[in-house]
Amino acid sequence: MSWLLELRGITKSFPGVRALDNVDFQLRPGEVHALMGENGAGKSTLIKVMTGLFALDSGSMTLGGSPFQPKSPHHAAELGISTVYQEVNLVPNLSVAENVCLGRESRSWYGIRWRDMQARCRSALARLGLDIDPRMPLGSFSIAVQQMVAIARAVDVSAKVLVLDEPTSSLDRKETMHLFETVRKLRDDGIGIVFVTHFLDQVFEVADRTTVLRNGRLVGTFQTQGLTKLELVSHMIGRSAEGLVGDSSRERALSTGSPVLEAHGLGRKGSVQDISIDVRPGETLGLAGLLGSGRTETLRLLFGADKRTQGRLTTGGKEARAWSPRKAMAARLAFCPEDRKAEGVFPGLSVEENLTLVVQAKRGLWRKLGKRARQEIVDHFVEALQIKVPDIGRPVQTLSGGNQQKVILARWLATEPQVLLLDEPTRGIDVGAKFEVANIIDQMSSQGVAVVFVSSELDETVRSCARVYVLRDQRLVGELLAEDVNEQKIMAMIAGGSS
Amino acid sequence: MRRVFTRERLPIIATATVLVLLYLASGLLFKGFFGPQVFLNLFSDNAFLGIVAVGMTFVILSGGIDLSVGSMVGCSSIMLATLVEKGHWSPLAGIAAVLAFGIVVGLTQGWLIQKFGLPPFLVTLAGLFFCRGFGLSISRESIQIKAPLLTSWSNWSATLPGGSTVPLASFIFVGFILIAAFLAKQTRFGRTVYAIGGSEPSTVLMGLEVARTKTLVYTFSGFASALGGLVFALYTSSGNAVSGTGLELDAIASVVIGGTLLTGGYGSVFGSLLGVLTLGVIQTAIMFQGTLSSWWTKIAIGGLLLVFVLLQRALSVLSPSAKNA
Repeated sequence: MSWLLELRGITKSFPGVRALDNVDFQLRPGEVHALMGENGAGKSTLIKVMTGLFALDSGSMTLGGSPFQPKSPHHAAELGISTVYQEVNLVPNLSVAENVCLGRESRSWYGIRWRDMQARCRSALARLGLDIDPRMPLGSFSIAVQQMVAIARAVDVSAKVLVLDEPTSSLDRKETMHLFETVRKLRDDGIGIVFVTHFLDQVFEVADRTTVLRNGRLVGTFQTQGLTKLELVSHMIGRSAEGLVGDSSRERALSTGSPVLEAHGLGRKGSVQDISIDVRPGETLGLAGLLGSGRTETLRLLFGADKRTQGRLTTGGKEARAWSPRKAMAARLAFCPEDRKAEGVFPGLSVEENLTLVVQAKRGLWRKLGKRARQEIVDHFVEALQIKVPDIGRPVQTLSGGNQQKVILARWLATEPQVLLLDEPTRGIDVGAKFEVANIIDQMSSQGVAVVFVSSELDETVRSCARVYVLRDQRLVGELLAEDVNEQKIMAMIAGGSS
Repeated sequence: MRRVFTRERLPIIATATVLVLLYLASGLLFKGFFGPQVFLNLFSDNAFLGIVAVGMTFVILSGGIDLSVGSMVGCSSIMLATLVEKGHWSPLAGIAAVLAFGIVVGLTQGWLIQKFGLPPFLVTLAGLFFCRGFGLSISRESIQIKAPLLTSWSNWSATLPGGSTVPLASFIFVGFILIAAFLAKQTRFGRTVYAIGGSEPSTVLMGLEVARTKTLVYTFSGFASALGGLVFALYTSSGNAVSGTGLELDAIASVVIGGTLLTGGYGSVFGSLLGVLTLGVIQTAIMFQGTLSSWWTKIAIGGLLLVFVLLQRALSVLSPSAKNA
C-alpha cells in the first residue's frame, strides 16, 4: 500500500508537556480520515506539525513517497497540504475571487487580470457546487459559504492533502450536509482529507477511517465501518463503555422547594417576550430551543446583563428592581456566558487569577484575598473539577477548551451561588470533558444549587434536566416535567406540533 | 449586474454627495465661485496635502497610522532649499536626495513597526519629532528658492482654452493619484494592503507577503510626504522647516472623510481625493465669505469629520455580518 502522507514516530514536546509521543499516522489518497481525541489529546499539535507550524522533535514525514519538511503553513500549502481552520481564515473585506486567488492571481503589464481571476474562482467554486458572485465581498456571505470559499482556496493550490480542522462547528445541519457532499466530491477526486471534529455522528457520516489519539499517544486507527459509537467514545476517553450509558437513565427528582428565582412576563424590546419561569433549589432546569429562540437572551435578562423592558423578577420572594449583574451577584446568582473566548476567560491571566476573580470582585477592592485563601480556593477546585493544569500560574489560554470551561465554572462556584446560569457550558469541548461538566452540574444540584442549563445538544439537556422549558421564536411555548423530558417530546414542542 | 450602491461604497457616495452639495451651495452664495479657475485651484492649492493624503491612505488601509508626514513636508522643503541655495547642488540632485531621504525614513519606520511589532502611532510619533527637529537643525529661517530651473517650474502653468491656468503641482498631484489608484487596485501589493487591514493573521495564513507589504506601506508614505514637501517648496518658492505643522492631521481627516475606515481594510485612493477636495471647498468658501476667520475652516472640518465617523460607525453596526444569532 502506498500512502499519500505518512507520519512516523512523531514526537513533540513543550515545556512541561509531551504533546505527541511517538505517533504514527497514514493517509491514503482518496479517503476521508477522521482524527479524534479529547481536548489535549494532541490532535491540534499533530495538525500543526503536518502543516509546518511546529517543528518536529523527532520522527519523519513523507508526502507521496518523498521526504516532507514544511517550514511554514505557506510552504506546506505549496508542497500540497492545505488547511481550513475552524475560524475562517480569510479576509472579509476583499471579494470572494481575491480570497480564493490572491497570491496566485494572473497578472499582466497592467496589473491583476480581474476577469481571469473571477473566472478561475467561479470554476473553483463550481467544483464544490457553489454558485455565488465572486465579485461580492466575502463578509457578505454566511459562515458556511465562507468555509466553502476557504476550501476552494485550499483546493485551488492543487492540494493533495486537505486538512479540515473542526469545519462544522459553526454550521447548521443543512450546511453541514452540503459541506460533506463537497468533502466526498474531493475525496472522489483523489484528495486525501484529514477531518477533525468533536461531533461523533459526523465521523460515522463521512470518515472512511478514524485515528484516535489520547494524551499524545496513538490509540489506534480503525475502519469506521465496524466501529460502534460506544467503542469510539471509550477509545477516546480510555474508559469502558458501560460507565457512560448508566448515567443517562438516572431518575431525577423534581424539586419541591419554593422558587429562588421567579420571572413573570419577563421581556425586552426586540428580544424575548413574556417569559414566565420559576427556578427551584436543587434542580437542574433546562431551556431548550433552536439557535435564536431566545435561550441566551432569557439568561441574560435573568442575570441583568441586559435590561428588561417588561415583567417582574423576584429572588427569594423579594422583588428585584433595577436589576444588574452586580445585584444579581449579591443575590447569589452566577452566569457563565456562551462565548468562552469573548466573554468568559481572560486569556492572558493565570488560572489562579481567572479562578479567583469573581470572589475578589464580590469582596470589593479593599478586602483583598490573601495568598493562602486564594491558594485554598484554587486547590479545592482544581481537585474537585479535575482541572488539568501543570501550574496554576500559567495563562489560562495555554489550557485546552474543556479545562478553560472548568476554570470558568470554578470561578462562579467559588462564589457559592444559589442559582447557576449556564449558557452552552459544553460547547467546543470534547466528550470526556462534557461528561465531567455534566457530573459537576449533578453535584451542584444535589447540593441544593438551582442550575439553569442551556445547550444546543438535546441529549445533554435530557440527561441533565428534570424540568425543561421550551422556547420558540423568542417566546416560551411549553414546559416538560420528569419522565416527559425526552428528545422526541422536546423536538415536537420546538417544531410546534402537539404539546 | 453588480449594484452601485453597496454598503462598502456608501461612505464614498456620502462624501461625493457632501462635496457636490458644498460646492453648489458655495456657488449659489458667493459670486464667482463657479468660475473654472476656482475649481482648478482646488487641485493646485491642495496638491501637497493631496499627495501626503494618498500616502496616508495606504497606511490607514493597512490598519496603521503615520504621524510623521507633516514634519516630513517641512523637513524636505527646507532640505531642498538648503541643498540648492546654500550647497549649490543641482536642483535634480537635490530633489533626488530629498526623495531618497523620505524613502529611508519611511523604510526605517516600517521596518521598526513590522520587525518588532511596535505600535505605528509611537514609531511615527518619534518620526514626527525626528523630522521636525532635523529640519530645524538644518535651518530655522525660511530660505527663498531662486534656482532658475526650480523657479521656472514654480511659474510654469498650462493655459486652458478660456484662459484658466493649471500649474505643475496639479499635474504632479493628479499623476500621483492615478499611479496610487493603480497600485491600490491592480497590484498584489495593493490588494495585500487591503487584506492586512481586513485581518492581518488571516493574511499571514493566506501566504501573502505581510512583512514586506507593511514595510513598503510606510516607505511609500515616506516617499509621498517627501514629494509633498517638494511640491510645497515649489508652491511657495521657499523652504521652511516649520511648514506642514499639523498637516498629518489634515491628511488623516481627508482620508477618513474620503471614506477610508480608520481600522483599515475599506476605502480608496479616489475617496481620499474627494476628502481633500472637500477640505479645499470649505477653505475656499470661507475665503470667499471674507468676514469669517480662517479658523472656521478647522471648525467645519471638525464637524464634518465627526459626522463621517458617526456614519461609519452606524454602517458597521447595521452591517449584516456584525449580527449574530
